[in-house]
Amino acid sequence: MKERINYTIHLADNALILGHRNSEWTGFGPIIEQDIAISNIALDLIGQARNFYQYAATLISNSTAEPVTEDTLAYLRDAKDFLNCSLVEQTNGDWAKTILRQFFFSAYQFYLYQHLQNSNDEKLAAIAEKSLKEVTYHLRWSSEWVIRLGDGTEESNKRILTAVDDLWICTGELFEATGFEQTAANKGYGVDVSLLKSDWMQKVRDIFEEATLPLPVETESQVKWFGKEGKHSEHLGYILAEMQFLQRTYPNSEW
Amino acid sequence: MNKEWPLWEIFIRSKNGLDHKHAGSLHAADAQMAIENARDVYTRRMEGVSIWVVESKYIHASNPDEASSLYDPANDKPYRHPTFYELPDELKNM
Repeated sequence: MKERINYTIHLADNALILGHRNSEWTGFGPIIEQDIAISNIALDLIGQARNFYQYAATLISNSTAEPVTEDTLAYLRDAKDFLNCSLVEQTNGDWAKTILRQFFFSAYQFYLYQHLQNSNDEKLAAIAEKSLKEVTYHLRWSSEWVIRLGDGTEESNKRILTAVDDLWICTGELFEATGFEQTAANKGYGVDVSLLKSDWMQKVRDIFEEATLPLPVETESQVKWFGKEGKHSEHLGYILAEMQFLQRTYPNSEW
Repeated sequence: MNKEWPLWEIFIRSKNGLDHKHAGSLHAADAQMAIENARDVYTRRMEGVSIWVVESKYIHASNPDEASSLYDPANDKPYRHPTFYELPDELKNM
């Protein structure tokens, strides 16, 4: 049961942290239309996180009789307890970096949810099926932006190349299964992430080619952090400080 | 940056069988982006099933100064209105 809970929390944390990162753009987008677009994606992701947290809270409450809700999971855990991959916690940087982070992650989530739809855990399968429609759009939107920036001006090309340098090292972790992911895959309620790699690479190859971007090479340093095991970059602490401050300072406060 | 992006007029069809209606305008770099922006700006609350976009520069408008010559002559010609037909109750969108 511990593995199933961790697996569900991992899926939730990925969505919550990237959703929170994207929400930092609200009011600061490069143009109002794109401000709305990135905020919509933030809302989609936070919605997915809620579904997974609610399910995780049910699993925890059933097995330990601890009074746990989606809010305690989101607001009252420390950085080492968060099981998101390091990609989603990376700083927004400029628009190019935010776009590329979204593209790498949406492509991953797209293939992940496609497989998770067939989970023998009905709840996880249902959340994956519902979320896949949103992710399909996120992938399309971010792909077009990668192409636009890569094949755009000298400046936009330079910026997205810098983003590739910054983010590529975080992508290796996506396809390296941790303990709870292996158990989840073996028992049929989770996805074997190593199987997603070839589809993901093909997608990156196609979009980068259209964007006239050179394909990064795989290196050892690609697996630098392992956020899924709670070993995070320094950025997560800052996110949680901002996100959790209110609930920790004024417990149980509501809108 | 937004000064360089052209303006687009957005038309949304709210359900099958109805016409596309003008919803508003927005900025986008190209037609594809205009459709996606329209999706995010105008269909967030399930307003649409189809989106048309057209660059605003391709819309040619009548001149408000010519309004009297264009529209007033129709004012005293009630026989042009089909008001003497009885419409069946089932007919909703007329």
